Amino acid sequence: MSMNLEREKAMLPGTPLTSVKSANLSKILFGGTVISMLVSLYFIFIFAAEESTMHAAQKIFYFHVSSAWLAFMAFFVTFVFSILFLIKRKRIFDTYAYVSAEIGVVFTIIVLTTGPIWARSAWNTWWVWEPRLITTLILFFIYIAYIMIRQMDGVWDKKARLSAVFGIIGFADVPIVFFAIRWWQTKFHPIVFGDGPSQQGGGIESSMLVALLVTITAFTILYAYLLQKGVSFEKMKLKVERYKEKLREELEQ
Amino acid sequence: MNLFRTALLLAKKDLYSELKTKQILTTQIIFAGLVIVVFSFAFDPANNTTKAVIPGVIWVIIVFAGILGLNRSFISEQRNETMQGLLVAPMEAASIYLGKFLANFAMMLVVELVSIPFLFLLFDFKFLGSVPYFILVVFLGSFGFIAIGTFLAALAANSKSSEMLLPLLLFPITTPILIGVVQATKIILTNVEKLSSAIAWIQLVTAYDVIFFVVCFLLIDYVLEV
Repeated sequence: MSMNLEREKAMLPGTPLTSVKSANLSKILFGGTVISMLVSLYFIFIFAAEESTMHAAQKIFYFHVSSAWLAFMAFFVTFVFSILFLIKRKRIFDTYAYVSAEIGVVFTIIVLTTGPIWARSAWNTWWVWEPRLITTLILFFIYIAYIMIRQMDGVWDKKARLSAVFGIIGFADVPIVFFAIRWWQTKFHPIVFGDGPSQQGGGIESSMLVALLVTITAFTILYAYLLQKGVSFEKMKLKVERYKEKLREELEQ
Repeated sequence: MNLFRTALLLAKKDLYSELKTKQILTTQIIFAGLVIVVFSFAFDPANNTTKAVIPGVIWVIIVFAGILGLNRSFISEQRNETMQGLLVAPMEAASIYLGKFLANFAMMLVVELVSIPFLFLLFDFKFLGSVPYFILVVFLGSFGFIAIGTFLAALAANSKSSEMLLPLLLFPITTPILIGVVQATKIILTNVEKLSSAIAWIQLVTAYDVIFFVVCFLLIDYVLEV
């Protein structure tokens, strides 16, 4: 709809190659991810108490919950950067929103894969049409749609604008996930933290809680690393595009 | 006030052109009829258990017929670049949205008015529930669906394959509303004693209608940018 008069790809403005700082940050985040992942593996498999009925199968809980946390956080970051983009109109915000949504989709897939594996051993079924599962699935579809808007043709700022709008609308679905727990009386997902209306909050063993928190921290650092890496990839892609455009200009002359 | 006046003008324009061509409305109604026919193959109307799927069928009809209309509402503005004309006209983007919404909503109501009695008739459904509540639920459900649908149609119209994109955007976003509306319809049609829980669902749907309508209203400026 918007006028396609502007160039699809901008020419290379003299951007200097200053990435020493981000390379350092990347290394620090990578180191942090490796160390915290190893620590969380220790906490999950050695430190945390074994569940009395599910035994070792319950260990997947830590990855499942942490992935869910990471996915939600990623979508929240997309939401924040979408708003920032609409206000400030800087391309970097759009890049962050996009990369974060991609990471979120990947980890939603992990949630939707580890979930059934765990469900098979815990509830003896792969999938139940239970509110929280449905809403996670819907969340997954929303962000797939978000990425599909990104794949549209046209100038970047139009795509960025539209996907930012969709990122904001889509995030409005996230509170539904939490609201749905209280609304439908869930049978399957115990409300582990705090007290729920239907169950008296199953509660969690303190060593398990520690392991969970450590895993969540590890996943948060992993997310920061992936985000940083993804954004630098996008920047590189942009730079290559600009060099290509410059080359084309020179060839045409 | 100017916002509503231009919106009404725009809605009138759309409805007049629809009255002239009768393109979308005919397609929607025929499509609704075809969905009913397909459902009669899928669920035997002679069977008593079929009554249980009626509330769902109503909303399947509304959603699929609605998608057809929503797809056209912004695409039809592209042929002679009339969308550009609307955007440069001295009115707000919000009133374009509001006008398109009113036109779509009016057409949706006409489709419902024709297809739902038709469905009850063909499936020999004895209406035992409360009619005012049923109308309220249908009204609120279609309001929310069309409000978000019009917004996302404006968004998807930027893509070359917007007909394919729109359902992908619209269905996940509207599912919470559709869940609530189907539950409320089910209770009202088959189990009127539990009216209080139907009212709870209606409240949920109303809340979503309000939230999404306001959000769409605020964000439409960014979608309809020149």
